[in-house]
Amino acid sequence: MNLFSKRKNYFSLDTPSEKKKTDRKKKEQGPSIPNGMWIKCNTCKMIIYKKEITEYKLCPSCGAHFRMTPAERIAITCDEGSFQEFDADMIPENPMEYPDYDKIIGKAQDKTKLREAVVTGRCKIEGNDAVIAIMDSHFMMGSMGSVVGEKITRAVERATEERLPIIIFTTSGGARMQEGIISLMQMAKVSEALGRHDAAGLLYVTVLTDPTTGGVTASFAMLGDIILSEPKALIGFAGQRVIQGTIHQKLPEGFQRAEFQLDHGFVDRIVHREELRGELGKILKLHQTGK
Amino acid sequence: MNESMRSVTIARQIDRPSAKQFIDEMFEDFMEFHGDRMFGDDGAIVGGIASLNGMPVTVIGIQKGHTLEENVNCNFGQPNPEGYRKALRLMKQAEKFHRPVITLINTAGAFPGVGAEERGQGEAIARNLMEMSRLKTPVISIFIGEGGSGGALALAVGDQVWMLEHAVYSILSPEGFSSILWKDPTRVAEAAERMKMTAKDLLKNHVADRMFAEPEDGLEHHLPEVAGELKQALTEVLPELVDTDTEELLQKRYERFRQFGSFVE
Repeated sequence: MNLFSKRKNYFSLDTPSEKKKTDRKKKEQGPSIPNGMWIKCNTCKMIIYKKEITEYKLCPSCGAHFRMTPAERIAITCDEGSFQEFDADMIPENPMEYPDYDKIIGKAQDKTKLREAVVTGRCKIEGNDAVIAIMDSHFMMGSMGSVVGEKITRAVERATEERLPIIIFTTSGGARMQEGIISLMQMAKVSEALGRHDAAGLLYVTVLTDPTTGGVTASFAMLGDIILSEPKALIGFAGQRVIQGTIHQKLPEGFQRAEFQLDHGFVDRIVHREELRGELGKILKLHQTGK
Repeated sequence: MNESMRSVTIARQIDRPSAKQFIDEMFEDFMEFHGDRMFGDDGAIVGGIASLNGMPVTVIGIQKGHTLEENVNCNFGQPNPEGYRKALRLMKQAEKFHRPVITLINTAGAFPGVGAEERGQGEAIARNLMEMSRLKTPVISIFIGEGGSGGALALAVGDQVWMLEHAVYSILSPEGFSSILWKDPTRVAEAAERMKMTAKDLLKNHVADRMFAEPEDGLEHHLPEVAGELKQALTEVLPELVDTDTEELLQKRYERFRQFGSFVE
């Protein structure tokens, strides 16, 4: 599985072909920047030269945290070369016989070069062993179906068996609707596995990233012993359009953002992405058992 | 109208017997308890202690009303976080006294509101899933009407899940499914069928363990009979579950939910 292939995960500004010609002319006069080198920040709307973006995937202008792929997350989180993937080949079947589900999955796989919406494995973070699961919002909005549920459950069970902490980076639109009730059952499945990990006295850290909503929020995202969040991440149970449709009022500024969740007592700490590895390392170190 | 959509329609009927009506028919000496001890009392969740032919039980139901006034009091059967937390408080109380828990489910879903989000709807549901999965006392969940998504599951992590014939249980409403996945709000009946949300469908994939038939001319005219059947079934099943070794009970409950998934490696 090719975790480390490059992929565009922001808006790309394609230069119209007319302009391309002009660019070519300009080339003779001075330095030019090839196509696809610019992206637009969705938060501050600034046009950014791609090379200014570091491995942390932050907007150089406003500091917005762009959505990351599991490979990018591993690169900034795990000690180099320490990540060993679990269950890399698992793919979903079609429990509801949803029309063309295999094609929908295939398209997401081609787009992301991933098999499913979560990558799990074990690694070291600043020298501390941990099991980690990293969801990817680029794969069908990080929706949780059988594979996401099973891979995370197995990762949790493995952490329980090997007496390791587990860290889950969440990002999801919720349950995978195409898998129907079976996707709802994943919420119970992951939660019960976490219940056993918890009963074994082991540490579970959630890192909420943008966006974490629906069935993922209403299951493992909110069950961490310690819940961290990246700044401004959207975190909630119900979708904003659904809420608006129910109450017929404008939603308050910053509703369901990380800062809102912190204010209401559902997040322990908001951590800037550049500080995240250090903070996780510190937390893991403070929870080391005397084994 | 297809069979699935027929069940959806029946499950939503305003005169369909409510959780409270089932409780009054199935149990003796029901005493309702209120509040989550943290924020308030949610009228969408009715809970308390009762006797089932002399056996002490904890009963928790999601309450829908038959009139507008009743529905305002119970928020149309859409619980807020304090409702789920009240339910959990009563379940933990049941665990302490080793009373079986019976939940009666009938909700379109957890309430999507600003206050619900401020008070942690997601956290409340998540907590219930985890705590129910390891509750050291038997739990039987009975779907008596609608079973809408996480808001229903939050009371349905049971040792056994039973459904009335026309109760439904799904990841979202067929209306939502049709408009979100197909961008076409008119294909609701087709969505209902596709989602396999009826008791018959859910028996096949083991989401439900048992189905109770409903009389053709409407459950509302036959509540005592149907409630009597449920009572009879509980009377048969519960003593055995109560006597089951707790570890074995919890292991079976774990496996019950652990099995769900459709994947290849």
